[in-house]
Amino acid sequence: MSIAIDYAPPARRLRQQASRDDLVKLGFMAVIGLYLIVALGAPLFVMLSKSLSTYRFDLSAFEFQVSDETGANWATAVTADALNKELGVVAKKDLATNSDGRLAVTKFFPQFNFRSPVHYRIRGVTDDAAFLVGSTLEKGTAWREYDSAAFRRVVLRPASSLGIENFKTYFSTPALARSIYNSVLMASISTVVTVSIAFALAYALTRSCMPLKGLFRGILTIPILVPSLLPGIALVYLFGNQGVFRDWLMGYSIYGPIGIVIGSVFFTLPHAFLIILTALSVADARHYEAAASLRASKWRTFTTVTVPGARYGLVSAAFVVFTLVITDFGLPKVIGGQYGMLAVDIYKQVIGQQNFEMGAVVSVILLVPAVLAFAVDRRMQKRQVALLSARAVPYAPKRNVRMDGFCFAFACLVSLFILGMIAMCQIAALVKFWPYDLTLTTKNFAFDLMDGGGWAAYANSIKLALLTAFFGSVIVFAGAYMVEKADGFRFGRSVFHFLAMMPMAVPGMVLGLAYIFFFNNPANPLNSIYGTMTILVVCTVTHFYTVAHLTALTALKQMDPEFESVGASLKQPFHRLFFRVTLPVCLPAILNIGIYLFVNAMTTVSAVVFLYAADTKLASVAVLNMDDAGDIAPAAAMGMMIFYTNVVAKLIHAVVSRGLLARTQAWR
Amino acid sequence: MRHAMSIEPTPTSIHRAADQGTTPSSPYLEIRDLWKSYGDFVALRDISLGIGKGEFVCFLGPSGCGKTTLLRAIAGLDLQTRGVIWQGGRDISILPASKRDYGIVFQSYALFPNLTIEQNIAFGLENTGRSKAEVAARVAELLETVGLSAHGKKYPAQLSGGQQQRIALARAIAISPGLLLLDEPLSALDAKVRVHLRHEIKALQRKLGVTTIMVTHDQEEALAMADRIVVMNHGVIEQVGSPTEIYRHPKTLFVADFIGETNQFPARVLPDGQVEIGHSAFCCPTDGFAAGAATTAVVRPVDIIPHGAEAHAVHSLDRPATPQNLIDAEVHVMEFLGMFWRTRLTAPRLGDRTLVADFSVNAVRRLRIETGGVIQVEIPRERLLLYPRGI
Repeated sequence: MSIAIDYAPPARRLRQQASRDDLVKLGFMAVIGLYLIVALGAPLFVMLSKSLSTYRFDLSAFEFQVSDETGANWATAVTADALNKELGVVAKKDLATNSDGRLAVTKFFPQFNFRSPVHYRIRGVTDDAAFLVGSTLEKGTAWREYDSAAFRRVVLRPASSLGIENFKTYFSTPALARSIYNSVLMASISTVVTVSIAFALAYALTRSCMPLKGLFRGILTIPILVPSLLPGIALVYLFGNQGVFRDWLMGYSIYGPIGIVIGSVFFTLPHAFLIILTALSVADARHYEAAASLRASKWRTFTTVTVPGARYGLVSAAFVVFTLVITDFGLPKVIGGQYGMLAVDIYKQVIGQQNFEMGAVVSVILLVPAVLAFAVDRRMQKRQVALLSARAVPYAPKRNVRMDGFCFAFACLVSLFILGMIAMCQIAALVKFWPYDLTLTTKNFAFDLMDGGGWAAYANSIKLALLTAFFGSVIVFAGAYMVEKADGFRFGRSVFHFLAMMPMAVPGMVLGLAYIFFFNNPANPLNSIYGTMTILVVCTVTHFYTVAHLTALTALKQMDPEFESVGASLKQPFHRLFFRVTLPVCLPAILNIGIYLFVNAMTTVSAVVFLYAADTKLASVAVLNMDDAGDIAPAAAMGMMIFYTNVVAKLIHAVVSRGLLARTQAWR
Repeated sequence: MRHAMSIEPTPTSIHRAADQGTTPSSPYLEIRDLWKSYGDFVALRDISLGIGKGEFVCFLGPSGCGKTTLLRAIAGLDLQTRGVIWQGGRDISILPASKRDYGIVFQSYALFPNLTIEQNIAFGLENTGRSKAEVAARVAELLETVGLSAHGKKYPAQLSGGQQQRIALARAIAISPGLLLLDEPLSALDAKVRVHLRHEIKALQRKLGVTTIMVTHDQEEALAMADRIVVMNHGVIEQVGSPTEIYRHPKTLFVADFIGETNQFPARVLPDGQVEIGHSAFCCPTDGFAAGAATTAVVRPVDIIPHGAEAHAVHSLDRPATPQNLIDAEVHVMEFLGMFWRTRLTAPRLGDRTLVADFSVNAVRRLRIETGGVIQVEIPRERLLLYPRGI
């Protein structure tokens, strides 16, 4: 009997009366959600559909009629297909084309002469059949008549259809398909090497008593501050054809796999190092004491306590490195030589061959490993449980001369590698002609004399970085606040969160190409931002959205969830709570988001390389273009300018946060 | 078992609040037919309750019983699936939290960490048309009320847990709400502070006369503070009543078991109005139970009266003997708990089941009760309670 009414009797579900706050929040969420859809969802969708669009001249869709010399008597109508079968002027494989394809109709009339009095009629068999007369588009099944002079200017347009033709073409082109193997191989090797080195370093920093830990930490984060092109340039100077250490390679060339792996290790090391360092620093001393009391050997303690404790960190670091390497464009562009990599293929297809459809195909293929790595990583993160209970005792390493010495030596070696690469670029930027004329000079900084955009590009980069840092922080924090603190709209919030997590899995090249497809379409009302600073800011904010979003979310999650309830019970509008409590408490996190976006906007190449215009050239792209043009020393100089700017930005960030914290965070 | 008392598919549940006596004819807060479900899970099941103006009511129950859900529904923080809530003659069922009239204190205090104590208390006062001086005066008054005048310029992190809790209370009553909601306000504090704050909150509530609902899982807290206790379990109200009613006359086995300690024995009602436990008959009120009904008999450890070895001498002194409820028991384990002894007895007449009894230190000394000894104990007739047998 009691079972019968176990559920609330069916009745109209109550809906809470919406307060003004709710409506305002809903509005905000809609705006930022719309931003993510326009800046991410829609472009990716358009790109995906592009990769599936094939263009082909459909000859059976056009009919012609030819008059006699008087122009009054007409022959019977005949399709272009029939004419082609008879004459064989267009081979079947040449019918495949791209979205820009044009086919002159005069080919089908061997006797055509533009001075003849003969008139021609043309019409489509279907409504969609389209042809151009000069630059006027004509469509439809009505007959149109032209004299010979005008008929000369008639070209057919291809019909588009959805299908996997582009992918078939891709996989049947060995040079392209080989890039998949190359990219996965390079990413795998780099991952193993980087994670091993990063683990050893993090271990040295957390489990030994070696000196100068702070200094090593600082040095190990340097590569974050430079574009990934820079290690490539350094490697060219060190091991290239005129490189000082060329002999070390025993005849192998640095241009190719070797260079890619060394450079990748350089620029991914800080990412892996920081993740593993975090994982290792949450060690519970009691586990080590327990191991010692059970008389476990050092090795056994290492394999049963240290490694399992950091395993999620290791997996996470591995995925991050793999994704970074496989999606990186700058490094293989500089040092990859003829070794095909996916990200470079996109660039070559789009910029080199103007084959946008094939660029989209490579993008989709590049999305697969990135999305896969991302998905697996997210799953692992969810499984991670808090290893550190509230009662954990922090681990304090004990002195051990041999172990400490070994750790110190290793850290010195890695630091030497990092500093050496940077120093090489610095020297290259300052000398006349490496390695033959080592006279100091500033001529390499005379960027205005080279291709690439000159000092204006540098100014543009700073502008981009500042705008990205400012608007990015605002958008990201507001978005994270809505996800975390708005109540209700559960569905909307989860969609929003999903969109916010997506950029992590989207390589920069893919995003950039998607932007071309989406924003460079005259039919798009947002077409006007194409080629402006705005699109660069939008693209960069979106490209680095996820990490910033997670940072903001972490900060917000640390706030008592009942603050909002208290605010409502005290009848205070949410914005008052937001500006008086939420924002001040989260200020350190917001500053971190700002500097993160700034540094990345300074160094990024991949997405913006498709989007800059003549007056919005960027410093990082200038490095690429000057290197491409053979001005390697100026490229190094510009790379170093980016590095200095980022160092200064970091210092300003440190000073500002300290100052602000002292004022607004007195309670800490 | 839990369904037996509280789920009747009849309108009687609506009037249960009125049945239970103490509420005035038109309660200040009235909840009718309230349900809350999360998907298939029913968190609140047909809750009806009235609370009088100025009353201090505790929602008491184990974790997951729905007491916090009910509080949050009243606060407009988690909307009920259906049902209505009236407060002060106004239908607040679907009003957003900000349009209701209450102050709330959470277990976590939820003090704003970057604002000083004064700014915290003033938070709800600013922006309401009061002048700066008025706000400052009100804040000073509230600080005085909670006895923390010296700490106004400090930040919450600089105060102890008990002090923070008092600030949260001051912030909640600053806007003079009609209803004060306390969500486990004391459970994060240590025992001494808890007992102290209990008195303070109760005194403050009396002084302000504000209708108060407190959610707690601590029965002692509820017994000490509440005018009326609402005992909840599995999303239903098991019983509403004053602390003594709840303790002395628990309506369901759950209430008996949750509040205070119990001995429970399977029992069968005999035709002559006695009950059979083990293989013996005992006297107790059997109203409402048919002969042969399977029941659970409950007696609290503190209600068991020790008669010592010389039983006859003892009960001839003070009370008339009830031979049926007098049993011989062997003392198995004695545990000294400071204010009393907890003993574990085995009685052949109870089918060799263990009977837990609490004896005063005095009685143990006087009657020379010791481990291994055999004593006679009485289960008072009116303290032996019967409940339908649980499933």
